[in-house]
Amino acid sequence: MSAAASLRRIGVPRLILHASVLVICIIWLIPTLGILVTSFRDAGQITSSGWWTALTGAAETSAARLGDPASARQDGPNYIISGSVFDGGDVKSGSVVAFGTRVAAPTEFEAGKEADLGDGEKLTVNTDGSYSYVKSGPFDDKRGKRIYLSITQPPNFTLNNYRTVLTSAGIGQSFINSLTVAIPATIIPILIAAFAAYALSWMQFPGRSLIIALVVGLIVVPLQMTLIPLLTLYNDIGNLFGVSSRSYVGIWLAHAAFGMPLAIYLLRNYIAGLPKEIIESARVDGASDFEIFVKIVLPLSFPALASFSIFQFLWTWNDLLVAMVFLGTGKDQLVLTGSLNALLGSMGGKWEILTASAFITIIVPIIVFFALQRYLVRGLLAGSVKGG
Amino acid sequence: MLAQIASAMGVVVAGVFACALYYWLSDKLLSAALPVPEGDARKASANLNRRATIRPWLFLGPALLLLAVYLVYPVIATFILSFYDRSGGNFVGFANYRWAFFDAQFRQSIFNNILWLAVVPAACTFLGLVIAVLTDRIWWGNLAKSLIFMPMAISFVGASVIWKFIYEFRGGNETQIGLLNAIVRAIGGDPQVWISLPFWNNFFLMAILIWIQTGFAMVILSAALRGIPEETVEAAVIDGANGWQIFWKIMVPQIWGTIAVVWTTITILVLKVFDIVLTMTNGQWNTMVLANLMFDWMFRGGGDSGRSAVIALVIMAAVTPIMIWNIRQANRDMGDH
Repeated sequence: MSAAASLRRIGVPRLILHASVLVICIIWLIPTLGILVTSFRDAGQITSSGWWTALTGAAETSAARLGDPASARQDGPNYIISGSVFDGGDVKSGSVVAFGTRVAAPTEFEAGKEADLGDGEKLTVNTDGSYSYVKSGPFDDKRGKRIYLSITQPPNFTLNNYRTVLTSAGIGQSFINSLTVAIPATIIPILIAAFAAYALSWMQFPGRSLIIALVVGLIVVPLQMTLIPLLTLYNDIGNLFGVSSRSYVGIWLAHAAFGMPLAIYLLRNYIAGLPKEIIESARVDGASDFEIFVKIVLPLSFPALASFSIFQFLWTWNDLLVAMVFLGTGKDQLVLTGSLNALLGSMGGKWEILTASAFITIIVPIIVFFALQRYLVRGLLAGSVKGG
Repeated sequence: MLAQIASAMGVVVAGVFACALYYWLSDKLLSAALPVPEGDARKASANLNRRATIRPWLFLGPALLLLAVYLVYPVIATFILSFYDRSGGNFVGFANYRWAFFDAQFRQSIFNNILWLAVVPAACTFLGLVIAVLTDRIWWGNLAKSLIFMPMAISFVGASVIWKFIYEFRGGNETQIGLLNAIVRAIGGDPQVWISLPFWNNFFLMAILIWIQTGFAMVILSAALRGIPEETVEAAVIDGANGWQIFWKIMVPQIWGTIAVVWTTITILVLKVFDIVLTMTNGQWNTMVLANLMFDWMFRGGGDSGRSAVIALVIMAAVTPIMIWNIRQANRDMGDH
């Protein structure tokens, strides 16, 4: 089938559809790809060329000085200076793409071709850097001629950036701190919220709908509203017992509480939707609420529990504000987001450090995301009201 | 390091065990305190009733305690603090509110927040809807959705580093290693220091949040689009409607509710935007927003809890209508059950 025929079969509108989705995907992926590629590049190459040239080899412009006129040898009527541009240049290796004699036009002549410089002078610079500079008479300059080169470097990928940030930039310690914060802060609230959600779904008591309304209302309360009193409270408790006000226990409880309204809401929606017959027949059989909850409701609620734990994990892992306020900004307390924020200040232009650190910060949530996307989507659809 | 991980794991196990123990033990204690004797039917039924009255509160107890200490009490305390001076010791009436009203930086923050509110929810919802419609019609749509949804998993700080690299500026004749400036130079423009460009820098910061949140809007709206009954679309096709008309007149009106939910969710997120501004500019070059100003005043010059509280209250006031709407919605849903 000819290309035109197959194009007709697919249809131009469909082709445009595919192309536009592809373009959107590329736009969405490029920012992350940029730091991923950069984090594996050599520090020198990062600053000399854009990351998008990493695979093709980065072309950079540099200057070199040809051999001294005194070194010219005579060949019939011609005088020849030869050597390698890498001997007297700023750049010591690579492959020459083009060269020129003026700083404004460093790519005037293609490498490997003879360039006529006028005055009977001819210059050839080969890809491997060897050159021959020929003049139909003796060279009269005092110093070697200055030329400009466009040199590509072979891609130089390295793991050094990761080695550096994991050991000396404190990212390794922060990674551990982040895990220490996120794991308990994800698991502790689940059980508490599940019991509450069961009570709000299957037990009758006065004030039930009021509590549900309160929970729904609290979902959207901005954290900013809670910071000042809680910080004061933490300081008071710290002073009372003579301990630091900033501890892991403090941040676990804070994260557990801030995630609680959404957890109760999500789990209640799910648990209230469980089939009435199962729970009532268990009651008739004489099971207590505690037994019903542990043996029937918890196993059946697995999808909702999974959804919430993914939310809570992403939220605690990615959080900066709560960690800054409740855990502090000391070196041994910084979580990954805090470290990264500190590095942005102290290592402003050092992209080899920043990109590698950023990638270590985002890799865990991205793995969680791709592995458990199904549950995440289900959770989003069930309760898209918190929004961070 | 391993010791730290081990202790965190220990806490998880101990915490879960303690929680489980609390629920189990309180249940046992309740049963023991209010026995159901075999012979005495009146006492048995009275005690059963008492158990049924107390048990919900045992189940709810820890959750309510956390909510009370970490959310309800602080909200009330912040409200009260807004009428006190910087140390929270002396009553100053509306002085903090008056300060806010005349403070240039506060007004700048309000203006920027409004700008964010006007742009980000609309952009995310619109892009999310368009992408949902497009990806629902191709065979590799799910893969495309995953890629666009992925930034959701990235922290705001991580995203800020990612985008700071895109906006990177290098002076003079140096090679531009920031993608945006490289593109600008390639098409013949002058590279700019994007994040310090007054007014417009706000939009470069917003782009980050839009990049993160569009996937969220897309996922929710895509599910809503799939929930539209086939027949309504088929009927429109039979009536001779074109794709554009079907989209705007048949599909969009049926998912208004979902669009509203997406819009309000992103609105709440935008009101609380903090990390992006902190890491990109820390409020410099006129990019300050309320959440950052609030944080700033919490610690500035030893901290001013009064002014900080006022700023927090402004954010709270802005989310209150959404809160009320959510509560009403939840009450109505419960009425249905």
